[in-house]
Amino acid sequence: MADVTYREALRRALDEELDRDRDVFLMGEEIGRFEGSYKVTAGLWQKYGAERVRETPISEEGFVGAGIGAAMMGLRPVVEIMTINFILVAMDQVVNHAAKIRYMFGGTVGVPLVIRTPGGAGAQLTAQHSQSLEGWFAGCPGLKVVAPSNPADAYGMLKTAIRDDDPVIFCENLVLYNVTGTVPDNGDHTVPFGVAEVAKEGDDLTIVAHSYTVQRALRVADRLGQDGISVEVIDLRSLRPLDVDTVVESVRKTNRMLVAEEGWSTFGVGAELAARIQRACFDDLDAPVERVGAAEVPMPYSKPLELAALPLESKIEAAARSLLRECGL
Amino acid sequence: MAEPAVTRTAVLDDREHALRLFRQMALVRRFEERTEEQYTRARIGGYCHLAIGEEAASIGAIDALDEGDALFASYRDHATALAVGSPPAAVMAELFGKDTGVARGRGGSMHLLDVERRFFGGWGIVGAHLPIATGAALAFTYRDEPHAVLCQFGDGAMATGAYHEALNLASLWNLPIVFQVINNQYGMGTRVDQSNAEPELAKHGATYRIHGERVDGNDVLAVREAAARLLAQAREERRPSLFETVTYRYRGHSVADAGKVYRTPEEVQSWRERDPITRYGLLLGEREIATGADLETIWDEVAAEVKDAISEALAASFPSRDSLYEHLYGDDEWREQFGRMAAGAPFGERGEEPEWQT
Repeated sequence: MADVTYREALRRALDEELDRDRDVFLMGEEIGRFEGSYKVTAGLWQKYGAERVRETPISEEGFVGAGIGAAMMGLRPVVEIMTINFILVAMDQVVNHAAKIRYMFGGTVGVPLVIRTPGGAGAQLTAQHSQSLEGWFAGCPGLKVVAPSNPADAYGMLKTAIRDDDPVIFCENLVLYNVTGTVPDNGDHTVPFGVAEVAKEGDDLTIVAHSYTVQRALRVADRLGQDGISVEVIDLRSLRPLDVDTVVESVRKTNRMLVAEEGWSTFGVGAELAARIQRACFDDLDAPVERVGAAEVPMPYSKPLELAALPLESKIEAAARSLLRECGL
Repeated sequence: MAEPAVTRTAVLDDREHALRLFRQMALVRRFEERTEEQYTRARIGGYCHLAIGEEAASIGAIDALDEGDALFASYRDHATALAVGSPPAAVMAELFGKDTGVARGRGGSMHLLDVERRFFGGWGIVGAHLPIATGAALAFTYRDEPHAVLCQFGDGAMATGAYHEALNLASLWNLPIVFQVINNQYGMGTRVDQSNAEPELAKHGATYRIHGERVDGNDVLAVREAAARLLAQAREERRPSLFETVTYRYRGHSVADAGKVYRTPEEVQSWRERDPITRYGLLLGEREIATGADLETIWDEVAAEVKDAISEALAASFPSRDSLYEHLYGDDEWREQFGRMAAGAPFGERGEEPEWQT
């Protein structure tokens, strides 16, 4: 159980699944000789060959569609979209096709496809390369959408995704790739979909997050803890299916909820949770649900502006303190 | 280039085969005519696209498929399902939205399929099924299976980006797929030379370094012969091709389009004079394969078959409301996975309906 990076956890899961099942193959831009834009597929082309680690041209609509077709024939393609921003040119294949096929065809054919793709921002990549769009997919029946926040979950959920019989959008994060943590040595370690994790227990406030924002929330919880405020951090892990029960249980204990996310708040993950929590926990809430997300502008380039737009720890902390102040804490 | 797998002569030498082609085209023609009538009686909802006039282009190519090959089609897919042998009653039941339909009433007119008969769908977004069909061909190559894919689409699809990406990938990767454009002259109301800078569509093959070929899509034997040859080439040489079948639809784009404002009655009439079924019937007479009376019998038989299909589909049940959430996900675990999602949800992802909804 040595510490490994999130990147290595993903690479290891891919390696083991490729080794376990010949129906599993990888497809994407620069994932072979180049080893992936973020090196997640390092060494796999050399190990498994060009047929099982298939390099594609810049043709997202084409190769996402090809992944769907191969999956309909019973293979288990794992398609890498270099960053989530590029999935937009394949949106028709994802939303209009992958998500619809099983239902639209009366359950007679399925699509066991995984699309891995990183979102996130913070490296001055600017408007077209700094988005967190996972909420768009999480609103679409027929898809499953997961966004692990640490290496162990990245490893276990990627395995679950590859073994799942339906299309899974597997959301990674550019900043998370170098985050380290322990990963079980057991090659059959999987993490179930639809089960959130209490990343830190607390009594005064629930902060709900997913993906990299969980790491931010944990640091905010530490800081507030130094002032005697006990924060519970819930890592959603899956967005669809969404584990609302764990959030409800937490809010019934803390009576306060803040949702933080890297994407825009409007129509976002926090909006969905706020709607559900006001309904399920109407009598438990001591304060309105609070949301923190990216500033609602296309991400600017200039560093001070980018920092102003990102949902940084300082903003999450300020929102948390403000919410607690409303309750006299 | 592979030799013709079955020549037109070979089809005509096999009386049963020759008559089967006629019967299939006649069945589609009658089925489509009755479908139009059922639509006007409001038994069919949504969009409904008829293939009357295009029977030879569709059926001639499908007849050349071997066991194990895979077929993809556009939303103008009633003929496709009937050509692979899906029971007409199950096709009509799907159009009626019945539980016994080929897609259990979830798909309707545009989303017929028959996985058992290797027909992987009628698809509703123009051009978008070409990459998917390409992926099916990739699966054949990946598993080293000796099959080919036949992917049918309309001329309108050739202006989409998905078309380009699919043909580029199929050629780069040496995939066993025949891209068949059923050029019926119009994408909705836009004539092919108004939507494509190179309206001789088979010429597009050169861009991808693949064989392109244009045939008379109203000559069922010409279509069959070329399709058999191209499919054999796909299976044996693992190379794609672009196959253009030139034909015409007599009806509008869908039943909601009278098909009049963008073309003249004279143009429609000129194509009716080249009607694929009439032409083939005359050929069968000339070659003394079938008499006029034989063909009349076939017409009567398919009319009865369609009539029975309508009766059977009418008698079938609609899917129950309780089945609304069935077929959304495949594995048995999904209800468990989604089991913690219901709190605060107005629509009950567990499949339960709140009282106020019932």
